[in-house]
Amino acid sequence: MSDVSIPLEQDVEIATEHSHSSESPVRVPLVTGGKTVHDVTEDIAGRVEQRPTITWMLAMAVSLATLAVGSYSVFVTVWEGIGSWGLNKTVGWAWDITNFVWWVGIGHAGTLISAVLLLFRQRWRMSINRASEAMTIFAVICAAMFPVLHMGRPWLGFYWALPLPNTFGSLWVNFNSPLLWDVFAISTYFSVSLVFWFIGLIPDFATIRDRATNKISKLVYGALSFGWTGAAKTWAHYETVSLVLAGLATPLVLSVHTIVSFDFATSVIPGWHTTIFPPYFVAGAIFSGFAMVLTLLLVTRKVYKLEDYITIQHIEMMNIIIIVTGSIVGIAYITEFFIAWYSGVEAEQYAFINRATGPYWWAYWSMMTCNVISPQLFWFKKIRTNLAATFIISIIVNIGMWFERFVIIVTSLHRDYLPSSWAMFYPTQHDLGVYIFTFGLFFTAFFAFAKFFPVINMAEVKSIIKATGEKKK
Amino acid sequence: MSQGTNYVLGVYDDEDVLMDAIKKVRGEGLKIEEVYSPFPVHGIEDALGYKRSWLSIAAFMFGITGTSLALTMQIGMMGVDWPMIIGGKDYLPFPSFVPVTFELTVLLASFGMVGTFFGISNLKPWAKPRIYDIRITDDKHIMAIDLDKNEYKEEDIKKVLEGSGATEVNNKTFEA
Repeated sequence: MSDVSIPLEQDVEIATEHSHSSESPVRVPLVTGGKTVHDVTEDIAGRVEQRPTITWMLAMAVSLATLAVGSYSVFVTVWEGIGSWGLNKTVGWAWDITNFVWWVGIGHAGTLISAVLLLFRQRWRMSINRASEAMTIFAVICAAMFPVLHMGRPWLGFYWALPLPNTFGSLWVNFNSPLLWDVFAISTYFSVSLVFWFIGLIPDFATIRDRATNKISKLVYGALSFGWTGAAKTWAHYETVSLVLAGLATPLVLSVHTIVSFDFATSVIPGWHTTIFPPYFVAGAIFSGFAMVLTLLLVTRKVYKLEDYITIQHIEMMNIIIIVTGSIVGIAYITEFFIAWYSGVEAEQYAFINRATGPYWWAYWSMMTCNVISPQLFWFKKIRTNLAATFIISIIVNIGMWFERFVIIVTSLHRDYLPSSWAMFYPTQHDLGVYIFTFGLFFTAFFAFAKFFPVINMAEVKSIIKATGEKKK
Repeated sequence: MSQGTNYVLGVYDDEDVLMDAIKKVRGEGLKIEEVYSPFPVHGIEDALGYKRSWLSIAAFMFGITGTSLALTMQIGMMGVDWPMIIGGKDYLPFPSFVPVTFELTVLLASFGMVGTFFGISNLKPWAKPRIYDIRITDDKHIMAIDLDKNEYKEEDIKKVLEGSGATEVNNKTFEA
């Protein structure tokens, strides 16, 4: 990767403490267009203050319509039960868990960008972390819909999922169950991500509060900014809080998809019962998450004219992460195939041969093409710095990652030990409908965020304007 | 001079000028009430003589609390209150307790630390902040000097601030 245009080591060298003294003249600016600190406020807070544009209203209308269409399937699922889905006695988990894992995975990029890249002092995260964290939170909400709906009677979920004494089965919840670990992992992940996101938003809300001209904005952003004054003492504590939260969120993000993979890995189903799952799932999660960040940011950047903040350099960096994680995922696919053969366990060998050549071969090869081959195109600098190509590949990757979960879940289940139990999975309209519902939910939330919240972390970007902007004072 | 607390405010455009100004102003023996910035200025807490934030210690303490609570809960439920053999595992399957223990440690550490931060920094939705200058959240750094806490005359303080690179020097009074 010798042709990477940003010498990262130098960025680390002039780590935050010395940002006011040392500068490297060769570094490509992270913010272009000769922006000043005041320009950042105007560009980002200005968006929040404007009246919604026609494009935004149209996008919001489409999202709400999608949400409404999907709501019907959610209603049917709750009213009639899980029988409205295409599950059968052999394939007891299919689209629901596929979608759950897919959405949780997408969420991972946000935390990676805001926490892991903060610990590594990667300053290019600063103009993309806000939107990615928002994406994380909305994706986790969408993910949580599936296990909750799959309970059939979600209103009893408190007794099944929380450690409360109950009379429905065992007296307490079972701490041996990875499904229970999931409850704790997903809810912790959601709450910590939300807090991290909100902490970052407070100074920016204060900026909007101080610029607000009407009463409602003053009141709402005043409450949201928690009385922020920008005092040096508060900033000092704030910096510690961000750093410690990043330190906590880093193992957290790794734990979440590890625990999600335990849902499968701790079982005895051939194709699931494998120790490679945790790292392989985490890499896949970051892979799909970055793809979704790119899909969303390329659109946001265009609509909001944020080309000076989200530069080609940012997109290139994300594409490099996609090559790395995509290759890890590719190696994992090959490794699990090899280990299945090498283990000598017939059921295990059959599960993998069946994946690649059985009735679901098309899903397997879609997954291989989308996840293993397509990201390799990013080795070419021309492709990874091309917006259209990036946009298309980011969508292909997300399709591929959906197929990955489908392949793991459905192909491992559909041919049970007894051939008399073999079955195929056919989704019903409501399998599709619930998935559509989560898309509606995700985009409605994202568009609302993009309108009413500052889409770029103003305070953080302002802090690097002098060191890495184009205009030197 | 009017009633209430009277401040002289030095307005700075640039964080490097501000850092030098803090040293200069403190060198003159003036007490700085507080400095307000639109973004974190690195090293400013040392220049102002603030102690290192102890919130990381708070996070650790809350984390330990989370670990203990999680272990107590799991051992209590599965080992003491209603012991059961599940999947041929022990009554107290410690490896099974790792995920929940980890998650609750992180959860309590994060929320405890953030709650403490809100508490000590007086951050709450209904807070009525003292805004010295609304440009603080845009692009200006403000150094606030309390007139009553310094023995210098107002004119002298203003001179020091002007000499330190302040682009404006203003007065601000908050009613008592």
